Amino acid sequence: MTAVLTKPRPIRLKGRSYLALTLTPELPFEDWLVRLDDLAGRSAGFFLRRPVVLDVEGLEIDRAQLRDLVGKLGARNVRIMGIEGARPSMLGNDLPPAMSGGKTTGDIEEPAAEPAREAPVTETVAEAPAAPLPTRTAPASLVVTQPVRSGQSIFAEGDVTIVGSVASGAEVIAGGSIHIYGTLRGRAMAGTLGNAEARIFCRKLEAELVGIDGYYKTAEDLEPGLRGKPVQFWLEGETFTAGSLA
Amino acid sequence: MGKVIVVTSGKGGVGKTTSSAALGAALAQSGDKVVVVDFDVGLRNLDLIMGAERRVVYDLVNVIQGEAKLTQALIRDKRVETLYLLPASQTRDKDNLTSEGVEKVIGALKSHFDWVICDSPAGIERGATLAMRHADIAIVVTNPEVSSVRDSDRIIGLLDSKTLKAENGERMEKHLLLTRYDPARAERGDMLKVDDVLEILSIPLLGIIPESMDVLRASNIGSPVTLADERSAPALAYFDAVRRLKGENLPMTIPGEKRGFFGKIFGRKAA
Ligand SMILES: Nc1ncnc2c1ncn2[C@@H]1O[C@H](COP(=O)(O)OP(=O)(O)O)[C@@H](O)[C@H]1O
Ligand SMILES: [Mg+2]
Repeated sequence: MTAVLTKPRPIRLKGRSYLALTLTPELPFEDWLVRLDDLAGRSAGFFLRRPVVLDVEGLEIDRAQLRDLVGKLGARNVRIMGIEGARPSMLGNDLPPAMSGGKTTGDIEEPAAEPAREAPVTETVAEAPAAPLPTRTAPASLVVTQPVRSGQSIFAEGDVTIVGSVASGAEVIAGGSIHIYGTLRGRAMAGTLGNAEARIFCRKLEAELVGIDGYYKTAEDLEPGLRGKPVQFWLEGETFTAGSLA
Repeated sequence: MGKVIVVTSGKGGVGKTTSSAALGAALAQSGDKVVVVDFDVGLRNLDLIMGAERRVVYDLVNVIQGEAKLTQALIRDKRVETLYLLPASQTRDKDNLTSEGVEKVIGALKSHFDWVICDSPAGIERGATLAMRHADIAIVVTNPEVSSVRDSDRIIGLLDSKTLKAENGERMEKHLLLTRYDPARAERGDMLKVDDVLEILSIPLLGIIPESMDVLRASNIGSPVTLADERSAPALAYFDAVRRLKGENLPMTIPGEKRGFFGKIFGRKAA
């Protein structure tokens, strides 16, 4: 405890990439916000403290409109960490910074109303200074041999297998499918990187929320008959489907 | 080298301090050398439960800040001579608990005592994480109700990630202590069942302590319940818990139910 810091240590700067939820608002914003509220209402707290990026690529809006939208999202506890696809002139100090070079990993959103809505056109791969960009290999899957505790969050780009239970207040997020050999009490979100084929399996269903590729069901939306049962979830077209495994 | 136990829960009011004192005293009553350390800076009450409040001169923060020697701050119990208390500071800011300071104190205590029992504050903030940081064994105190169980689950997650053991890739030994178990409410179905709590938390059960007026009576006279009334139901349950902690394989008794009924719970191990 007597040691004195003599050598000034250099500040370490590192690049790092993270997974953020991307919201792609549509005009008119009022309607879009209604749909967002509906989603948020069904999955309470879903956006809370999550890093969210706003993608306004191709939207014909001005600075005031953008600021207004960010404010309205803030009022809903959706905190925007960055904005993608905005003209530099639109962003000032009062708005989150511009983000670019995001690796598109799929839409985590409701289906676009107009089919014409372009999917993020290019996978704009800007030079990321420090973090080497992952090359296309099979997405990493993950096997967890311990219970997932409340407050913990598990993520893998591929499938996630949990040998144990997922506690209330815990979440499992997978690019692929999720297999839970125990009770699912928390949240499970599969296919989050844009994989509509992903499924969720659990040995006993007590979930707070389940989602596949942007479609969600909360505890109240789930058929009461499935509670406590072995269940699987999948998407049939745009329909979120649940079936007993017993 | 002694063993460091953290008594923790996430939630307040579940019986951490009561259990720290009772387990500490029970271990000392069996002849082991025990120190119970109060980590609840600003809200100390272990000294009250152990009947030492008027004997506190120096505290944990004084020792960490180098204002007192460890031997000056330790208070020896008047009834059991192998039982000691290291009180928390009531007046100091809890920011005075530094990680290095705690490490030094725990290290010194470990070499003098068979058991170092850390009574954790509620919450998942600094005080709680510091209390668990150097532990070899965690006793997770839980009441049979949903909010307590969920908070305990959260704490178990922290025990598996924020402790030195976890950071060194070792497994923290964890035990569940179900406290304030009320047979009458269990009968009415107002409480979670023991089996359900075990299924959710999936750590081995160390004991079930009944809700009892004996605990209040003991704390009113400033005595751990195992010293106040060795024959009371909570004291017996704490004595059994201590025997299990030392490796004995005892059948588990659910308060209010007949013995022999619980074979399936006895010996139940974590998933
Ligand atoms: N088994 C029990 N029966 C009855 N009351 C209890 C029991 N265990 C604890 N209590 C009471 O509950 C309150 C909180 O206990 P305490 O040990 O201070 O909890 P914590 O340290 O977890 O906040 C105290 O008033 C204590 O006397
Ligand atoms: Mg306490």
